[in-house]
Amino acid sequence: MPQPSKPTKPEPALTIRQGDDTLYIQQPGTKNSWALTKENIKTRSQPFMDIDGALLFSIVPILIMVRLLRRFVDLPGRMPHVNRLLGYLWVPAVALAALDLLLHFNTKLLDDGYQLFAYLVFIGVLTSLRHYRPARTVLLAILPYVLYAVVELMLNLWDLKLLKRYDDVIDSSRGFALIWLITFALIARSQKKNLEKERLEREEEEKAKQLIAAQNVQLERMVAERTSALTQQAEELRETLTELKTTQAQLIQAEKMASLGELTAGIAHEIQNPLNFVNNFSEVSVELLQELQEGPLAKLPASEKEYADELLSDLVQNLQKITSHGKRADSIVKGMLEHSRASTGERQPTDINALADEYLRLSYHGLRAKDKSFNATLTTHFAPNLSAVPAVSQEVGRVLLNMFTNAFYAVQQRQRQGEAGYAPEVCVTTRQLPDEVEIRVRDNGTGMPESVKAKVFQPFFTTKPTGEGTGLGLSLSHDIIVKGHGGTLQVDSQPGQYTEFVITLPL
Amino acid sequence: MKILVVDDEKDVRVLFEQRFRREIRSGELKFSFAYSGEEALTYLHEHFSEVVLILSDINMPGMSGLELLRHIRQDYPVPPPPPTVMMITAYGDQHSYDEAIRLGANDLLTKPVDFAALKEKLHSLSAL
Repeated sequence: MPQPSKPTKPEPALTIRQGDDTLYIQQPGTKNSWALTKENIKTRSQPFMDIDGALLFSIVPILIMVRLLRRFVDLPGRMPHVNRLLGYLWVPAVALAALDLLLHFNTKLLDDGYQLFAYLVFIGVLTSLRHYRPARTVLLAILPYVLYAVVELMLNLWDLKLLKRYDDVIDSSRGFALIWLITFALIARSQKKNLEKERLEREEEEKAKQLIAAQNVQLERMVAERTSALTQQAEELRETLTELKTTQAQLIQAEKMASLGELTAGIAHEIQNPLNFVNNFSEVSVELLQELQEGPLAKLPASEKEYADELLSDLVQNLQKITSHGKRADSIVKGMLEHSRASTGERQPTDINALADEYLRLSYHGLRAKDKSFNATLTTHFAPNLSAVPAVSQEVGRVLLNMFTNAFYAVQQRQRQGEAGYAPEVCVTTRQLPDEVEIRVRDNGTGMPESVKAKVFQPFFTTKPTGEGTGLGLSLSHDIIVKGHGGTLQVDSQPGQYTEFVITLPL
Repeated sequence: MKILVVDDEKDVRVLFEQRFRREIRSGELKFSFAYSGEEALTYLHEHFSEVVLILSDINMPGMSGLELLRHIRQDYPVPPPPPTVMMITAYGDQHSYDEAIRLGANDLLTKPVDFAALKEKLHSLSAL
C-alpha cells in the first residue's frame, strides 16, 4: 500500500488519475506511482484523534454472526463452554482498537485481521462440531469466503498489486464465495430443519415408546398384583380345603365312632337276655344238682353213690365254669351297654386340675398295689386359675382314669423291655384356651404305630393280652368326651417314644 | 300268693319254676305267666282279684311293660287292693326308674334278676 509519509521529490510533471475512492499519482517516465485514499489523508491530518472505526464496526457483524452461529448450531446446548467464550469475541477487537489508539498502527489491516481471526474461530468451532451435519455444511459454506478473506489479507499485507485481470478474478471469486456461502447457508438451514424434523419425530417416537414402556410397566404391575392376589386366593382356598378335609375326616371318624357305639350297645342288648338265661340256668342247675345229691341220690347204695357223686361233682364244676364265663361275658356286655347309657349325671362346674390330680394318684397307687416294683415319675403342669368346666365329674374322672391307666401300662411295658437308663414318666398338663380347657396326658412309654393309632377309639380294639382289656376303655372315653361333653379327644404318638392324649372340654 | 310274670321270653317260665320250686311245691307262691302285655291284660281281666303281684319286663314287642303298667293303674284304680307291680328292665338308670315310679310301679328290678333279692322281697310281701 502507499506510503504517504515517504518524502518525495517533486517531479516536473505528475499524472493524476482519480479512482473510486483513491487518487493515483503517476510520475511519467518512471515506474513510481502513489495512491491516495481518504484514510491516508485523514490519518495524516488527524493522527491522534482517530479511532479505528472500521475495526470497531466490524465487531457488530461478527457479533451478529456469533449470534447466528449460536442459534444455528445450538451452541449453548452443544458446547456451553465455547459458547461462553464466543461471547467475548469482541474483546480482541476492542483491545486492538485500544492498542491502535495508543500505537496508531493506522492500517486497514487490523479489521481484516480481526475478521479473519473471528472466521478462524468460527471454523474452529464448526470443525469441532463436524459430526453435526448442518455445522459441516456451514463450514463448507464459509470456507471459500474465509479463503478469499485470507488471500485478500495476504495481498494487502504484502502490498501485492495484482494485475487487473487477477484483480477481477479476486473480485469475482469474492462474489462466487458469497453466492457459495449463501447457497450453502440455505442448504445448511434446510438440513437443520430436516434434522430438527427428524429429531422431533424421533422425540415423538421416543415419547410414544416411553408411553408404551410406562404402560407396559403399569400393565406388568397390574398383572403382578393380580397374580399375587390370585396366588393368595389359591393359597387361601388350599388352606380352606385342607381344613375342610381335616374336618371331614374328623366328622367321619366321629360318625363312625357314634355308629360303632350304637352298634355295640345294640349287640350288647341282644346278647344280654340270652346271657342272663345262661347264667341263671347254670346257677339254678347247680342248686338242682345239690338237691339231687342231698335228696334222691342219698338213697343210692354206697357202690353206685360214689360213682354218682363223682359225676355230680363234675357236673357242678362244669356249671360253675359256665357261670363264671357267663359272668365274664356279662361284664363285657355291661361295658358295651355303657355306650348307650345316656349321661345321667348333672353337669357341674368342675375343677379339672383337682380331678386330674385325684385320678392320677388313684391310678398310680392302683397299679403299685398290683406291682410293687413299678415306679414312675408323675409330672403335673396344672394351669393356675383354670376355669371350672361344666362336666359330669364322675364320667370325666373315668376318662382320666382310663388315660392314666393306659399311660402307666405303656411305661410299664417299656420298662419291662429292659432299656438302659429308661425313666418312666407320665405327665399331665392342663391349659386354659379361649373357650375351652385342654388336658394333655403324655407318657414316654412304648408308643404306637399309625395302624394302632387309627383304631384306638374303636370298640373292642385292644393291644393287651386276652382277658386283660376289653378294648372298650378308649371308645367309651371318646363317647363321654365327644358325645357327652361336646369336647374333643385326640391322640398323638411315636412308636418307642411317647403317646399323648389331648382332651378338650368346652367351657 | 299269686304272682303274674309278664315277659316275652318263654324260658322265663322254666327259670322261675325252677328258681321258686320249693315255694311252689309248698304252695307259698303261685305263678302265672303271660308272654305279652296284651296277654297279661286279658289274664288280669279274668283273674284280677287273685293276682297280688305283677312282675313285668319293660322291653317287650307290642305293648311295653310301662304301657301295661299304665293300663293296670287306670283299669283297676280302687280296692280290692291293687296288685303290687314290680317292673324289670335291662336299663338300671335313673330315668327309667323315675318313669316307672311315675306310672305307679312299686319297685324296679334290673336284669339280670337277682333271685336271692327277689325271694327276700316276695317273702316280706307274703308275710304282710
